[in-house]
Amino acid sequence: MSETPLLRVDELSKAFGGVQAVNRVSFDLNKGDLLGIIGPNGSGKTTTVNLITGFVKATGGRVMFKGQEITRLAPYKIVRLGIARTFQMVKPFYQLPAFKNMIIPLYSPRVKALVGGKYGDRNAVALDLLEEVGFERDAQVAYKAASVLPQGYLKRLELAKAIALQPELMILDELFSGLSLAEVASIVPIIEKLLLEGKTIIMIEHRLKELFRIANRVIVLNFGRKIAEGSAKEVMESDEVKKAYLGSEE
Amino acid sequence: MKKRRERIDRGIKVRAEDIFAVCSWREMLYLSAPRLLPIVGFIVLPLILGVYWQRVLLSVAIFALLAISWDILAQSGMVSLGQALFFGMGAYCSGILNHYFGISPFVTIPIAAVVGGAICTVLLLPVLRLRGVYFAMVTLIIPLMLERVIEATKIFGGTEGISGLTSLPSTWLELYILLAAVLAALFGFRRLMTSDYGLVLKGIQDNDRSVMNAGINIYWFKIQALFIASVVGSFAGAMMTHVYRFVGMPVFALDYSILPIAAAMVGGPGSFAGATLGAFILVPLSEALRALGGLRIVFYGVFLVIFVVGLPEGIFHFVARKYHQFERWVEVEK
Repeated sequence: MSETPLLRVDELSKAFGGVQAVNRVSFDLNKGDLLGIIGPNGSGKTTTVNLITGFVKATGGRVMFKGQEITRLAPYKIVRLGIARTFQMVKPFYQLPAFKNMIIPLYSPRVKALVGGKYGDRNAVALDLLEEVGFERDAQVAYKAASVLPQGYLKRLELAKAIALQPELMILDELFSGLSLAEVASIVPIIEKLLLEGKTIIMIEHRLKELFRIANRVIVLNFGRKIAEGSAKEVMESDEVKKAYLGSEE
Repeated sequence: MKKRRERIDRGIKVRAEDIFAVCSWREMLYLSAPRLLPIVGFIVLPLILGVYWQRVLLSVAIFALLAISWDILAQSGMVSLGQALFFGMGAYCSGILNHYFGISPFVTIPIAAVVGGAICTVLLLPVLRLRGVYFAMVTLIIPLMLERVIEATKIFGGTEGISGLTSLPSTWLELYILLAAVLAALFGFRRLMTSDYGLVLKGIQDNDRSVMNAGINIYWFKIQALFIASVVGSFAGAMMTHVYRFVGMPVFALDYSILPIAAAMVGGPGSFAGATLGAFILVPLSEALRALGGLRIVFYGVFLVIFVVGLPEGIFHFVARKYHQFERWVEVEK
């Protein structure tokens, strides 16, 4: 391949004491891809994301973003380069109204650099972004304190905070978990729209059915190792994956 | 004619906290009264008080500044148990400048505020990564350590301290400088904390990982908040030095760490007006109880407990809530 991939993860490893949480995981990601990362609980999915985004320091391997090594950078520097993530456990600012939550990513140096310092009214931008992810303007949900919002809205808020950073790569950590079928169905089009806008996305999911509808490539982790990679169909037919999910017969 | 009750702020507040639609004098007064009250009060109080209570008012203003300084840190996610560090650093800086270099208080006070603030910030830099109780413990220990350092090395007058410092020309000037500083801190920092910059600081208190995840260097913001709070505390210390014309080990005493926290707690944590109000209640109360002699601290303690248990939200938040719920009778149209 002539073009350098947007993200290259190379032999990435992390050991917590004696536990090898991530063991020599490698994959490439091209611009515009939607990569799904799946695997049983404790297989190292979230740790992989934490390693890419700098929240956890790798014990081995490298992460390259747009040809630049980002392995040991601080999380905020990685965000400034264009990688935004959401957290599996939502992390809103509970004291603040939903739209004020958006001010903090909008205050980010990355956004400042992208809009050239002229942002006018951040509140207005915040409300627009929230409307895009489904905070109905008429219902004035955006003005409610994050502490009283239901889980579905908190997940959307988490997504909106990542979108506000105008990232090139978005990593969504179990965005669908804890949501109803209807809520998931209403978020899927938002992700499809992001793909159309040229964003690259990594999704960690347990909701495989929904993930397989939108992901064009999937990797499977088990005990920190990558055990399969390919299209959804290829992956699910792999014997190792069946063993990981259903248990072996011996 | 039928009448019904209606909240005064109905029609004033439209959706958000900061969008107003004011249509009458009554509504303008309703909005401005809480802001005018401290301003007018601060101008009038020194004029009507006797010499003794003027001294108390000085003390009130000092502790109000320290409480505000504590609240800036608290709102940025740093719980400090050591306002005495800021206070003492400012006090010693201005005392040293005045005693050894003979510089006028009008110059030493601003220099001490900034330099003292900078020294405190540098001292606390290594522990900025600590959170909650761990940060609090370190801030508690540093002023106590400095106290022992001065005692052991006998620098800057040792246990005797430095006395005979130049005072400001008059008590009036001291009072009005301090009260103006309290007002400036009160309204200035309130404005700062509701700005987008202040939201980032509040975000750090609420969830620092989420702020990091927005590409913001939280340590840089914490340093800035720490510096602002240290400057406020050091300014209070520097003023006090020239009021008492003395600086010594007691400036690092626990009183200057604990009383501001008590003031912020009683007044209402999370609001600078609350911190100021708390100082205005606790310091005169402590003076009024002086007649009780040894039992003073007991009554003081009981009072504190009653307040914290009875009004955990703080007096300011309670009063503010009641003020927002104010109702008046309006005529119902047939």
